[in-house]
Amino acid sequence: MPNRPDPPAEGAALSAAAPEMPAPHKPTRLQALSALWTIRGDLSTRAYWTLAGIGLLVPLLLWTLLAAFGTVNKIFLPGPLDVVLRLGHWYTDDDLMGDIGISVYRVVAGWALSALIALPLGLYIGTYRSVQALLEPLTDFIRYMPAVAFIPLVMLWIGIDERSKVAIIFIGTFFQMVLMVAEDVRRVPLAQIEAAQTMGATRSEILEKVILASAKPALLDTLRVTMGWAWTYLVVAELVAANSGLGYAIIKAQRFLQTDKIFAGILLIGAIGLAIDQAFRLVHRLSFPWLNPRGDA
Amino acid sequence: MSARQGAAGPLVECRGIYKVFGAGAAAVTALRNVDLEVGEGEFVTVVGASGCGKSTLLRVIGGLETYTAGRILVDGKAVRAPGIDRAMVFQNYSLYPWLTVTENIRFTRCLSAHTRNRTTASVEAALGRSDALIRLMGLVPVAHKHPNQLSGGMQQRVAIARALMSRPRILLMDEPFGALDAQTREVMHDLILHVSQLEHSTVIFVTHDVEEAVYLGSRVVLMAPRPGRIDTIYEVPLPVHRRQEMRQSPGFLQLRSQILGRIRETAGMKTDFELLQSLSRQASDA
Repeated sequence: MPNRPDPPAEGAALSAAAPEMPAPHKPTRLQALSALWTIRGDLSTRAYWTLAGIGLLVPLLLWTLLAAFGTVNKIFLPGPLDVVLRLGHWYTDDDLMGDIGISVYRVVAGWALSALIALPLGLYIGTYRSVQALLEPLTDFIRYMPAVAFIPLVMLWIGIDERSKVAIIFIGTFFQMVLMVAEDVRRVPLAQIEAAQTMGATRSEILEKVILASAKPALLDTLRVTMGWAWTYLVVAELVAANSGLGYAIIKAQRFLQTDKIFAGILLIGAIGLAIDQAFRLVHRLSFPWLNPRGDA
Repeated sequence: MSARQGAAGPLVECRGIYKVFGAGAAAVTALRNVDLEVGEGEFVTVVGASGCGKSTLLRVIGGLETYTAGRILVDGKAVRAPGIDRAMVFQNYSLYPWLTVTENIRFTRCLSAHTRNRTTASVEAALGRSDALIRLMGLVPVAHKHPNQLSGGMQQRVAIARALMSRPRILLMDEPFGALDAQTREVMHDLILHVSQLEHSTVIFVTHDVEEAVYLGSRVVLMAPRPGRIDTIYEVPLPVHRRQEMRQSPGFLQLRSQILGRIRETAGMKTDFELLQSLSRQASDA
């Protein structure tokens, strides 16, 4: 064998003979910058949070500057401070927590109700072609109908109590959710199902122990995404004879041209949504550690 | 070794199997009049150009695909659906990523087909069986890992162990090493030969790799495409216990090139040297 290095002295550990790694290359400023533009490249945690911070703070700064020095009327664009002050008033005088509570209840109830029906239904649509043929075209048809347009019908059929608000959120969420669940179920690799068949699994065992188990991470993601959609229907739902809730507060503020309250309501919905979304992601990470194994996970 | 082989004849018997996909003008005959007998304890490999129906044949025997005409008998009984007597090993994506290696291998134990009439003794036997398989397949160091922490070769070891768990009469393997690199593949060849002899398994092994087919099989079934059919069945002139150096033996090399040549003929694939030469002449003229 040519160019073979001298064998290490007898008894010497190979690692002792191996040379130390030389000092790592220090990237130049230009290289560091171009690393940000690597297609699908990696990004250090620090760089990620720096950029995320910039992405959140710059719009806030622009908003502050525009409100403070701009010639924009406060009616059109209240400053961040106005919004914070309004939030304070809302909390002390206007039962902010009550509004948040009732809105969270409506969204979660509408979403949970649709999940309760969409999960089994989607499981069957995604598993059996016959159920798919029976129900999917219908669902596809209904999901294009605007939820807002159902308001008069919902009021007629259900009334104007709490159930009607939940119903609007249900209508807005359910039909999309069914189709997404069915798609998640269809994405379970056929080999996983066929392997179970050759191991003697019955139909119900395959549904429960293979298809449902395999689709769980995707299903949790679908629940997370549809929760976001449920929130977008909140304002619509609280158009229906509501006298409380974040959506209702926004609609009422519109009547009195309280732009700062509209801002506060919108930002609050965004913040609650973000918190719920992060909670879902946390549950996802904790429930399915095998998706991102690190060493001896 | 073949203690159970009685007067009943072959373990697997395919008689005049037809498989037609689609109907009318779009109908495609995937299998035409396929006759095949596989004896107890035999290791049969199936090769052929793509589209020759070798995977379809395996899936039909496994009960994962229906057949249009003919009959398949396993141990004298007609086969129409999957069953625990025929375990299947797929090329990939068949392991359950949410279970550990051990849990994957023991998956059959949580199915009702295996828990009927279960006694404490049989539970213990099953646990012993899975431990033995984990040792046999060299999976002890990774027994508590999840499949996506393993290399492709290790994943296939798990898939084989899981298939063997319920002591199937027949092991159906559909290009199980097709996605592995050449070195890993050679290791797996000796492993599967060793294990199948130890377990007295009857194996039907589909592959597109002729070298693999000759090295593993006691017989090589060559299938031809359009329509899918059995072309030739070759006896492999090698001793039962294969060793890597046999890959260089004249008998091995001769059979391999014979089969390769026949596959090219049946698939209508020819390296057109005149065309290549005229093309390179044009290129150099330009």
